[in-house]
Amino acid sequence: MDITVTINGKTHTADVEPRTLLVQFIREQAGLTGTNIGCDTSSCGACSVHIDGEAAKSCTLLAVQADGCSITTIEGMAGDDGSLHPMQQAFMENHGLQCGYCTPGMVMAATSLLAENPNPTEEEVRLGLEGNLCRCTGYHNIVQSVLACAKS
Amino acid sequence: MIPAAFDYVRAGSAAEAIDLIGQYGDEAKFLAGGHSLVPAMKLRLAQPTVLVDIGRVADLSYIREDGDQIAIGALTRHMDVENSPVLAEHVPLLAHAAGHVGDPQVRHRGTIGGSLAHADPASDLPATTLALGATYVAQGPNGTREIAAADFYHGYFTSALAPDEMLTEIRVPKMGGAGWSFQKFNRRAQDWAIVGVAAWQRGSECGVGLVNMASTPVLASSVASAVAGGASAADAAEAAAAEADPQADLNASVDYRVHLAKVLTRRALEASAG
Repeated sequence: MDITVTINGKTHTADVEPRTLLVQFIREQAGLTGTNIGCDTSSCGACSVHIDGEAAKSCTLLAVQADGCSITTIEGMAGDDGSLHPMQQAFMENHGLQCGYCTPGMVMAATSLLAENPNPTEEEVRLGLEGNLCRCTGYHNIVQSVLACAKS
Repeated sequence: MIPAAFDYVRAGSAAEAIDLIGQYGDEAKFLAGGHSLVPAMKLRLAQPTVLVDIGRVADLSYIREDGDQIAIGALTRHMDVENSPVLAEHVPLLAHAAGHVGDPQVRHRGTIGGSLAHADPASDLPATTLALGATYVAQGPNGTREIAAADFYHGYFTSALAPDEMLTEIRVPKMGGAGWSFQKFNRRAQDWAIVGVAAWQRGSECGVGLVNMASTPVLASSVASAVAGGASAADAAEAAAAEADPQADLNASVDYRVHLAKVLTRRALEASAG
């Protein structure tokens, strides 16, 4: 089936099998491998991207469901001049990542959270990131990063 | 993990979706948000040969007052149920429970109708709408019919819906200021409940629904009868498992589930008491 998906402002048109997962489309068709596959069962959130501005798990969506949608991945967060998105900057400054595998998903979930709730409490940040797992268990600094970004 | 191959068709309306599912027969499935179906397909627990995508049927996403009920379109997302001012005013228990489904990413995509039609007894919303005395509206080739939530669930992932019927609307009575509580016991925030309890009380009236205590969501009628008869929360909660038939799994034995149901019901009754 032919689908057209805009990813980070660039239009991608392709003939895909209906069973193609959105995360496959992003990684293999668009070649954007910043979006990671972690658990592959919609638990860990490593594959989180924005679909029309809202975080979703791209391992649990078919590419055909995203036909016509605008998607943002971690590669689309930094400015054209390479300047980091404020959330990426906050993660860097607050040591919000250790191994880094969960980080793209964390950043996408956290920016979606702040779009809906610009001044969250610490508890609201923790609840808002309930769909993202960090196997380094670096949650403390991840939460601090999101709170710092909200303040800045 | 990749699902088994299937054909994909997209419906622009409920009528078109019902027509399509009729053409393809029992091996076809409706795809709404896909957040129950796609994981099952990836694990090859479900292998439909055709998916009829109803996710773009925009006129089935709404929440509106209708007399003493609130009507919710089946394709309304969990996030929209959670944040609805209409539900916050009239059915706060349902809005609150919707905020406990999965996680924000799941709630951005999953729909109330999809969750109910999936008929997973471990899901939050079947038991919650059951406790609230909801009615579901199903549309088929011969028109629509109403199904009481109490008559809808037949067993694990099995409902009263015919293969060519589609859940289109959920009708929930306004709570009229009733006290309410939703108790969900799990190990990680995003998990399904090991046991959950949704309860409301108004005077001697009371409704209690149990999550993950049988092959269907359970209406704990004995608890409601005990409350109506003037029993204390602790005494009424002793009857929590009277209608239940819990199974053991990795998370809990049968005895532990019964214990949890009583404790969570007591807490829910105490929290929802006027």
